[in-house]
Amino acid sequence: MLAMVEGGVDAIEVGVPYSDPGMDGPVIQVAVDAALRGGSRVAHVFDAVREVSPRVPTVVMGYWNPMEKYGPARFAVDLKAAGGSGAITPDLIPEEAQPWVDAAYAQELAPVFLVAPSSTDERIATVGRTNRGFVYATAVMGVTGARSAVGSRAEELVARVRAQTDLPVGVGLGISNGEQAAQVAGFADAVIVGAALVAALRDGGPARVRQLTEDLAAGVRR
Amino acid sequence: MTLPDATGHFGPYGGRFVPEALVAALDELGEAHRTSQQDPDFVAELDRLLTTYAGRPTPLTDARRLSEHVGGARVLLKREDLAHTGSHKINNVLGQALLTKRMGKKRVIAETGAGQHGVATATAAALFGFDCTVYMGEEDTRRQALNVARMRLLGAEVVPVSTGTKTLKDATNEAFRDWVANVETTHYAIGSVVGPHPFPAMVRDFQRIIGVEARQQCLDLVGRLPDAVVACVGGGSNAMGIFHAFLPDADVALIGCEAGGDGVDTGRHAAPLTAGSPGVLHGARSYLMQDEDGQTQTTTSISAGLDYPGVGPEHAYLRDSGRAHYRGVTDADAMAALEVLAKKEGILCAIESAHAVAGAFQWLSEQAESSDRVVVVSCSGRGDKDVDTAARWFGLVTAEEVAEAELVRAHEGEQP
Ligand SMILES: Cc1ncc(COP(=O)(O)O)c(C=O)c1O
Repeated sequence: MLAMVEGGVDAIEVGVPYSDPGMDGPVIQVAVDAALRGGSRVAHVFDAVREVSPRVPTVVMGYWNPMEKYGPARFAVDLKAAGGSGAITPDLIPEEAQPWVDAAYAQELAPVFLVAPSSTDERIATVGRTNRGFVYATAVMGVTGARSAVGSRAEELVARVRAQTDLPVGVGLGISNGEQAAQVAGFADAVIVGAALVAALRDGGPARVRQLTEDLAAGVRR
Repeated sequence: MTLPDATGHFGPYGGRFVPEALVAALDELGEAHRTSQQDPDFVAELDRLLTTYAGRPTPLTDARRLSEHVGGARVLLKREDLAHTGSHKINNVLGQALLTKRMGKKRVIAETGAGQHGVATATAAALFGFDCTVYMGEEDTRRQALNVARMRLLGAEVVPVSTGTKTLKDATNEAFRDWVANVETTHYAIGSVVGPHPFPAMVRDFQRIIGVEARQQCLDLVGRLPDAVVACVGGGSNAMGIFHAFLPDADVALIGCEAGGDGVDTGRHAAPLTAGSPGVLHGARSYLMQDEDGQTQTTTSISAGLDYPGVGPEHAYLRDSGRAHYRGVTDADAMAALEVLAKKEGILCAIESAHAVAGAFQWLSEQAESSDRVVVVSCSGRGDKDVDTAARWFGLVTAEEVAEAELVRAHEGEQP
């Protein structure tokens, strides 16, 4: 994560390892399996947040069951205390999220729900009303993992989000290089990269992560 | 009150814990299911398929020698093993295939554990002309190699899943991933009363026929309702299917048998209702096997079809309300029951179903006076797929014989 800070990220998303990450492709699933085998615990995420949040804003990315098991209110308190700004919840939709939304609001944390190309305008409006911080727009219909091209529906989705809310819009899923980052930055407020960085860490350690981050950051500022 | 409520909840259970990308497809499916139930053409077409293709109604067999064995109680077997493809799974799949057609989709995907749901889905896909991909844990492809071959013969692509525990749970994850990416053209024909709303209610509705038939057949045969209805519970579809028509009959005990593996107190089992706790897995809130961090725990069962850490949300509701009772049945007890059923009745049932037979024996043995009792047992599937496992369990063949037979088979199978 420090390599990412040095490489020029504007914010960091820290994942909570979960045994059944349904929104993630093979790269992150394999990483998560390894983390859990290595003894990673839910509470460790707060140590990571504490480490980087003084340098860049930090949100966690967590599947719901570990967060619920930890206790939504306790999770929010501990995240806040660690300096976190909010949480992205990929398998939680606003309809099922009242306990988390209440807990997050109480700590002035940002609950971040996702919108997808298949979302109706009505649902996008609900997410816009419920979220704080930003709206996470998934560039494609699918799971995390590098793709050769940015989904063509991403731009249209961002426009639909802007019609419903003034929150900034971050676009993620499948973005893996500076070229794609530049393209997305042309219509979105933020570019979200996950699996490509995990793969970089796997293949080349922190040095490769820093390199990729620099490439991505340069793309965003192009 | 009929359950679930409009948002798919059975009390605190069920609901939708899914990526936003799936919500539109779940709404579409719920709508297709709702309108189809009121469409006489749909209902008639499903009825025609169940009758002329799947072989319904399945019989209720009066197991006389088994009754003698248990001291006189009347044991009635609901013979889903006689349905086309060899288990109750076909009831659900034919319904979902018709819905797939109704929604204009041309590809179906499925997860499978024992392979029975995969075979049923591959069968329906062949019948309807759909493309079909089945996800199956790598460990299960080995345990149930015969069913892998059946699916491939039927034209389906079988994808072994090597992530996580390499069993049904991970096959389900993989199917969800495929679905998120291809949801516009693809229907996910989920195999049990699990997953996000509307799946638990929809699959139950397609499996209800088991209980509707069994209830009437019991009345016709015995002149009264049974004292107990017993079924095995993996995800819980054959159990929900046979229980549902009996829910208003308060005097009929409903007994669900989970996989007790090495014993529920050993921790090596697949019995979330008996020994798990509430949580969220695969899109719904229900009981599940999880550690203190909410990570899904690994399960143990001789039965691939019951080797699953979760269970359908309606069962969680029935458990808490006390309307149904759940227990773990060990591998050893299930295999003993499988042998008794084979030797007393000439019925080789699936190892999954053998858990229900064993559970029925247990329930009867707990009754003060059992000889005038009537028990309906869901014989959810046939045991052909389990002959290898059973032969090894009972030591009917030596390891060398198995290896030799496989060599011979390999030679015979070679193209000239
Ligand atoms: C014969 C048979 N019975 C039962 C099951 C368990 O599923 P369910 O609990 O949904 O009936 C399976 C699953 O593969 C099966 O093949």
